[in-house]
Amino acid sequence: MASAVRVDNTSTRPGHRFVDEIRAATAGESRIETCIQCGTCSGSCPSAADMDHTPRMLFAMARAGLRGEVLRANTPWMCVSCYFCTVRCPKEIHIPDVMYAIKSIATREGVAPEATAADFSKTFVDNIHRYGRSYEVGLIARHYLRHYPLRLPGIAPMGIGMVTKGRMDFVPHHIRGLTGLKAILAKAGELEAAGREQEASR
Amino acid sequence: MSRYLYYPGCSLSSTARAYSQSLNAILAPLGVEMEEVDDWNCCGATEYVTLSPLRGYALIGRNLALAERQRGGPDTLVAPCSACYVNLVKTDRYVRESPVLREQLNEALAADGLHYTPGAMTVRHLLEVLIDDVGLDEVARHVTRPLHGLRVASYLGCLVSRPDHDGRWSSREQPLELDRLMAALGAEVVDYPLRTACCGGHMTQISPNTGFELIRRLIDGADRLHADLLVTVCPMCQMNVDAYQGEMNRHFRTHYQIPILFFTQLIGLAFGLEPDALGVGTELVSARQALGRIGIEVPPPAEEEPVAAGQAGRPSRKAKRGPELPMPAPREGVR
Repeated sequence: MASAVRVDNTSTRPGHRFVDEIRAATAGESRIETCIQCGTCSGSCPSAADMDHTPRMLFAMARAGLRGEVLRANTPWMCVSCYFCTVRCPKEIHIPDVMYAIKSIATREGVAPEATAADFSKTFVDNIHRYGRSYEVGLIARHYLRHYPLRLPGIAPMGIGMVTKGRMDFVPHHIRGLTGLKAILAKAGELEAAGREQEASR
Repeated sequence: MSRYLYYPGCSLSSTARAYSQSLNAILAPLGVEMEEVDDWNCCGATEYVTLSPLRGYALIGRNLALAERQRGGPDTLVAPCSACYVNLVKTDRYVRESPVLREQLNEALAADGLHYTPGAMTVRHLLEVLIDDVGLDEVARHVTRPLHGLRVASYLGCLVSRPDHDGRWSSREQPLELDRLMAALGAEVVDYPLRTACCGGHMTQISPNTGFELIRRLIDGADRLHADLLVTVCPMCQMNVDAYQGEMNRHFRTHYQIPILFFTQLIGLAFGLEPDALGVGTELVSARQALGRIGIEVPPPAEEEPVAAGQAGRPSRKAKRGPELPMPAPREGVR
C-alpha cells in the first residue's frame, strides 16, 4: 500500500497546509491534527478491506501534504459512517466528518475517484432540491439505469416486490416551503464559499 | 398521555411504511402521542454533507428550527429512523460546540425567517422513548400474546448507540436495551454480537459488493445462532437486510432466508394486534413461517406470490434449515 504513494503536492501552495484546508471544510470540529497514528480506526473499520488506504494511512498522507493522493483515494467514499472508529478513537477525531470534508473538496474539484458514489450523492441532492424530500423510486431507478444496467435483471424481482408490497411511491411528495428551503441552502452555499476564500487567503 | 414532536423521515412513507403503520398502532395503547413537525424536509442522509457540509447542516437545521417554532410544550423531537436521528443529534450538538457553525447555520436559516437555538430540542430515537419514558414494565403490562419460542436477534444497527455524545446508552458497541425490550415481549433473545454492526448504508447503491458482504455478515451471524428473525429500529437496515437479501444470496450463491421486522411490529404482535395492521407481510423475505411457528397466522400474500414464483433463479421462499432439506445451504459464501 505504501508503495502506491507518490508525492503529489502540485496544488498545495507553500506554507499552506492541506490539513488546515480539511479542517476548514469540516463542519464543526475535525481534530484531524491530533491524530497519533495508532490505527484503531483502521482496525475498527468494516469496509477497510475495500479502501485504497486505511483511514490511519489517509490521515498520515493528509498531514504529509499529499493533497492529490488523498483527494483521489477511494477511502472516504468507502466509509459507511458507522462511527465505530469515532467512538474508539483515543483523540476523539470526528472521522466521518473528516471523510465528508475530503469528499466535498474532491467533488468540487472533479477528482472524486468513485464516479458512482459521487453521482449517487448528486442524484439524491437533486431530488431534495426538486421536492424537499427524498424520492426513492426515482433515485434507485435512475441510479441503477445509469451505473448498473447489467444488474437490472437481477434487481428486478426486488423492485417488483417493493412495488407490489406498496413500499414504493410513484408520486414524489413536495414540501410547501421549497422556495424557503432553497433560499436557506443558497445562503449556506454562499457562506461556505466565503469561508473557503477566507481560508485560501490566510 | 406523553406528547412529543415527531420527525418521521422520508422512508417512513415509502420503503418503511410498515414501520410507520406499526408505530402508530402501538403508541396509543402506550399513552404516547406524536405531533408531526409541519412541512419537514429530508435530512439529506449522508449524501448532502458529502457534497457540501455546511449546506447539509443547514438542511437539517431547518427541521430543528421548524420543531423549535412549533413546540409550545414538548421540547423532545423523536425520530424513528436512525440516520435521521443521528443527523438531528449531530447538528444540535455541533451548533452547541462550534460558535462559527452556530452563526453560519442561523445566518442561512434567516434566509427563510427561521432560527434555531442550540439545545432547544432534545432529539431522541423512538426506542429511547419506549425504554426510558414508557418503560419496559409498562410495555410488558400490555403483552397479551407473548412471543414465547420466537428466537430473535436484536439488531440495533450503528447509528443509535453511536456516536452517542451524551452517553445515553449502556454501551456504544454492545448495548442491551433492544434485547431487554424483546425479552419483555417474551421473545427468546439470542446473544447477537453484531447488534451494532453496520448494514452498509448506501453501499448497495455505490459499491454493491461491499454492501453485500456487510449484509452477509449480519445474516450469517443470525443464522449461526439459529435466530428465526432479526429485529431492527432503522428503515435503512431493514431495507438492506430485507430487500437486498436476494441479491446478496445471488452474489455469494447462498440461500439465506432470514426475515427482518421492525421492533414496533413485534411489539404490536405481542400486544395481540393483527399482523396486517402492523404491516407484517410487506417484507420481501417473508416472516410468515417464523411467526407461524409460534402460532401467529399471517395471511398469505394473494397477488405477490405468482410474481415471485415467476422469477427464474430466485431463491426458494421455503425455510432452508432443518434435516428434511435435500441440499443444505453452504455456510460459507463462495468468494
